[in-house]
Amino acid sequence: MFLLRLLLKNAFRHRLRTLLTLVGLVVAISAFGLLRTIVDAWYAGVDATSSTRLITRSSISLTFPLPLNYAERIKAVEGVSGISWANWFGGIYVTERNFFAQFAVDAPSYLALYPEFQLDEADKQAFFRDRQGCVVGRKLAGKFGWKLGDTIALRGTIYPGTWRFTIRGIYQGKDAKTDEQQMFIHWQRLADGIRARVSAGPSGKADYVGVYVVRIHNPDDAPLVSQRIDALFKNSLAETLTETEKAFQLGFVSMSETILLAVQAVSFIIILIIMAVMANTMTMTARERLAEYATLKALGFPPAFVVKLLFGESLLIALIGGGLGIAATFPMAQAFVKAAGTLFPIFQVSMLTVALQALAALVVGTVSAAWPAWKMSRIDIVQGLRHVA
Amino acid sequence: MSLRTVPLSYVARNLWVRRVTTVLTAGGMALVVYVFATVLMMSEGIRATLVATGQPDNVMVLRKGAGAEINSGIARNQAAVIDSLAQIATDGQGRKLVSHEPVVLNTLPKRGSGKPSNVTVRGTSDIGLALRPQVRIVRGRMFREGTSEIITGRAVAQGFAGAGLGETMRFAGRDWVVVGVFDASRSAFDSEVWGDSEQMVQAFRRSAFSSVVFRLADVDSFDAVKAQLEDDPRLTLEAKREVKFYAEQSEALATFIRLLGLALSIIFSIGAVVGAMITMFASVASRVGEIGTLRALGFRRSAVLSAFLGEALLLAWVGGIMGLGAASLMQTVNISTVNFQTFSELAFQFRLTPAIAAQSLGFALLMGLVGGFIPAWRAARLKIVDCLRAA
Repeated sequence: MFLLRLLLKNAFRHRLRTLLTLVGLVVAISAFGLLRTIVDAWYAGVDATSSTRLITRSSISLTFPLPLNYAERIKAVEGVSGISWANWFGGIYVTERNFFAQFAVDAPSYLALYPEFQLDEADKQAFFRDRQGCVVGRKLAGKFGWKLGDTIALRGTIYPGTWRFTIRGIYQGKDAKTDEQQMFIHWQRLADGIRARVSAGPSGKADYVGVYVVRIHNPDDAPLVSQRIDALFKNSLAETLTETEKAFQLGFVSMSETILLAVQAVSFIIILIIMAVMANTMTMTARERLAEYATLKALGFPPAFVVKLLFGESLLIALIGGGLGIAATFPMAQAFVKAAGTLFPIFQVSMLTVALQALAALVVGTVSAAWPAWKMSRIDIVQGLRHVA
Repeated sequence: MSLRTVPLSYVARNLWVRRVTTVLTAGGMALVVYVFATVLMMSEGIRATLVATGQPDNVMVLRKGAGAEINSGIARNQAAVIDSLAQIATDGQGRKLVSHEPVVLNTLPKRGSGKPSNVTVRGTSDIGLALRPQVRIVRGRMFREGTSEIITGRAVAQGFAGAGLGETMRFAGRDWVVVGVFDASRSAFDSEVWGDSEQMVQAFRRSAFSSVVFRLADVDSFDAVKAQLEDDPRLTLEAKREVKFYAEQSEALATFIRLLGLALSIIFSIGAVVGAMITMFASVASRVGEIGTLRALGFRRSAVLSAFLGEALLLAWVGGIMGLGAASLMQTVNISTVNFQTFSELAFQFRLTPAIAAQSLGFALLMGLVGGFIPAWRAARLKIVDCLRAA
């Protein structure tokens, strides 16, 4: 108890310096948390995947479509219990800044495969009946102030022209991992639209789909079923590549791997910066108290006591700063989501991030005290007493 | 001797006396400057790579609203209309300098790791090569028309499995022999694979080209050509100067990186400024007696203020140089990432320009100024009597 009071008194002896150090710590620890959360958000699509879903796409690349008649053939493959398909629509709502994902899907089968998109039964039926209809996520509707029955116009980049859709339903995610910023339209509408317009785009063929979503009975069979599907279309005009939904999503994430690595590296750099600042504070503190430590030693306190004092003080400041920093992360994350718009559908500070923040504070506190503590434990009493701070 | 300014050597020696503190503070600033400079260099590298890809007198025609080559489609009859334009330049043999190019994304395994990534495969011709004077074949030879031969960009040849000279790549149901490697002077073409246009259309079962590129005989006739193409009721096309097209391709990625980096730098700089402030406050506190002596000798308040401010700026300068030095080493690193506007891999290098160097050092000095001003102000405001008594 005595030690703790001494530490507290010591820590706030130079009020301004300690306060400044705390500000630095809060900024660093919360920035570290925010950066880690950004990286997590990138992987959100991977976390939301199901192990019973496979994605079949053209083996050339995602931009190449597959013929519609593959659906029946994949359905017949052993181990497959359901199939649906989707096309990436890639429309622009007003400006490019309002980016969100739009999929043209075979609605009844698609929603059956994705139970995490929860929709009112009446709305669902209304969507199935209206070929001009669409379903949007709750967050997306909130962002643009859309209500049931609104008509929204999208400018197509892959499918030329302006397309209008009426909102027939607003879906809710089953849990926090579900992306509530997607939009679903009818695949049939797209096919009809393509037939109606003379188009020469790369996806300009009517009866083609972007990807097939395949449900399997048993997750353990995933590799086997994937092989069976790909073998079926081997040496055909459109060869396929089947992988688990998770691997498919990871493929997207790994594209921006360089940027992710940079963000991660930078999140550690900020810890290094604050370590330098904190170490500086502790070095100065120790230098100023040289005479004091010499006195303590002269009184008979062992060198270990001085070491304890320095480590204790450093850790105390680091933990207070770290605690405040962790607390500040949550409002910062919220402000960031507001500023980033629709870029990150899922943005949550994870428990692991909080734990890492606490660990970082602990490491900063320990490392900063190491050098001054070592030096102070070795001071010569006579020299220390002679020293004028 | 004038007592208006405190000698610089006094300032510098103060920093030297407290070496550990100086190094720690300057080190913190150096890291911030490093991040700041690296991000600007990355953004500049991407921009420079894509801007270098375009030629000022080349025109790029895409389907209206497509934005990127992979979204676009130009049917043969439309391409024929473009061919008939009178403003297209001709080469020495009287051939029109126009190239019909199918552009497809192909997912191929990387060399070493085997991880798949998207490569742009472009169908072109020897005229297409002539349209891009920055592209030179450095090893091997040009592909022959009507064969399954390809040439690969420098970055692809290094980065992707089977893309080196004499190796074979398999895609679109065929084996393609790499007969040449080209250097595109650090432009986006370095990340592409080129083959015969008609062969690519067939192999990928395309009915249309992605883009048509041609050279203008007269650079100033662009507006006339653009109007002619876009007013033609048979066409739903859009013409752009190639330079502008590629600049737009880099915009989103470069802006994203720059914004992310600047936001980070500002947050980080708070940490570094705090560090500088702590150091300078301590520097002032431990020298109260000296300040009193200086003032008693006749140095003015402004001289004391500028001495301490000078100390902070010198500290920041040291940090800035350290950070910039570390950042300049990054110029030797080659990196590649997927440009999410074109969805394909883009290789580029960090580029340090004089403007970036100046901005980074300016940023460092600003940190020093912000961190040093309040302590210096406090030092200048001390009363002589109090100072001398404290000492």
